[in-house]
Amino acid sequence: MERDDLIVNDSYSLNAHHSEEEGVKIRKKIYLVTVILCIITAIEIGIGMAGVNRLSASPSTWMGIKWFYVILTLIKAGYIVLVFMHLGDERKNLRWTILAPYIFFIIYLIFIIFMESTYIKDTITSFIGG
Amino acid sequence: MAGHAEHIDKSDLWGGNMSPYSTSYGKMMMWFFLVSDALTFSGLLIAYGFFRYTFQGTWPVSEDVFFHFPGGIHAPLLYVAMMTLILIISSVTMVLAVEAGHRNNKRGVIKWMAWTVVGGFIFVGSQAWEWSTFIAGPDGDLSTWEDNATLKQNYYGRITKETSNHAFSPVYIKEYMEHHAKAENPKIVTWSEDGKDLMVDGVAVPENYLAEEYLHHSKDGHGHHDGPIAAVTGPLAYGQFFFFVTGFHGFHVFSGVIINLIILIQAMMGVFERRGHYEMVEKTGLYWHFVDLVWVFVFTFYYLL
Repeated sequence: MERDDLIVNDSYSLNAHHSEEEGVKIRKKIYLVTVILCIITAIEIGIGMAGVNRLSASPSTWMGIKWFYVILTLIKAGYIVLVFMHLGDERKNLRWTILAPYIFFIIYLIFIIFMESTYIKDTITSFIGG
Repeated sequence: MAGHAEHIDKSDLWGGNMSPYSTSYGKMMMWFFLVSDALTFSGLLIAYGFFRYTFQGTWPVSEDVFFHFPGGIHAPLLYVAMMTLILIISSVTMVLAVEAGHRNNKRGVIKWMAWTVVGGFIFVGSQAWEWSTFIAGPDGDLSTWEDNATLKQNYYGRITKETSNHAFSPVYIKEYMEHHAKAENPKIVTWSEDGKDLMVDGVAVPENYLAEEYLHHSKDGHGHHDGPIAAVTGPLAYGQFFFFVTGFHGFHVFSGVIINLIILIQAMMGVFERRGHYEMVEKTGLYWHFVDLVWVFVFTFYYLL
C-alpha cells in the first residue's frame, strides 16, 4: 500500500532510513562519541587509581573532585541519551516529554536529600542502629 | 524515501492520521518505561546517599574494597574499569546495529547485534566473578562484611594503628580512648609499641578479632559494654547496597542480553526484512543503552565517590 497518511518530511519513526553516504557520516559521529566516552572513563579511573580519594585528599580538593566526577558523569549520560539513544534526533516535543518530567523529579529528589538527610540519619540510627 | 516502509497505514499511526511525536507507539512506550525505570534506579541511588551519609564515619573507600583482579593482582578499580569499557563498547556495537538497520542492511544488523550479545555476556560473566570474589567468606555464608574475603583483607578486618590511620576508624578509637579515660575503672587503651595492635589494659586485641567482640566477651560474661566501641566493622548497608544496586543492574543486563539474543535470531530469520523496517532493533537498542546509562551512574556513585 502506498502511504496515505499526513506525515511530512518522511519523519515517521517506522520509516527512519538513511542512505549509505549518510550512514558514513553517522558512523563517524558514533566513533567520535565512543572515543569521548572512553577518554572520560579513563580520566575518572585515572583519578581513582592514582589513589586520590576522600581520605587522602584534603576536604576542599575532594569536594572539587566530587563535582568533577559528577559533571563528567552527566556529560557521559548526555552523550549516551542524545546520540546513542537518538533522543537528540527526535522531535523537540518528544525530547521534552521524556526529559522534563524526569529532570523535575530528580531536582525534587536532590532537594529532599539535601533537606532531610540529617533527619533520615537520625531515623536510621534509631531504628537500625548506628 | 517515501513509501519505503510500504505497509504503513493509518492504524499504525495510533489510529489517527497523525502519529503523536512522529513516533511509533512501541518506541514511545519504550521511552516511558525507561523513564519509570530510571526513577527506580534514582530512588535506589538516593537511598544509598542517605545511608552513606548516616554511616559516613565508617563507610569504606572504594579503592580499598574493589582492588581484585584475576590472578591475584592488586589493582584498584582496574577490574571495574574493564567492565565499564565492555559495556560502553557493547553500547557502541548496538548503536551500529541500529544504524545498519536504518540502511536495511541485514548482514550489518546481524554482525553488530551478535557483538552486542557477546559484550553483554562478558559483562554478566565479569559481574559473576566480581560477586563470587566478594561473597566468598570462609564459612560459606553470604555475609558481606565480617567474614568476607575482600573486606577481611583490608583495614576493617583488623585494627592496627597503621591501618586505622588509613580509615575513618581513628575517630572511633579516639572516642573510645577518651571515654575510658573518664570512666570509673578506666581501661587503658593504647597502641602497642610497634603500632600494630590495639591494647586494652596491656593486652593486645587479638588479630582478626573485632574490637567489639573482644570487649563484649571481656566483660566477665555480662555481655554489656560501656560507651563507644572501637568497632570498625563498617556498616552492613555498604554490602547490602552494593549487591542490591549492582544486582538490580545486572538483572537488567541479563534480561537485555536475552532480548538482544531474540532480536538477533529474528534478524537472522529475516523477520525485519519482511516487515520492511528494523525498528525492533532500535527499541531493544534503547533498552540496552539505558542499561549502559545506569551503569555510568552506578559506576560514579558506587566505585568512584
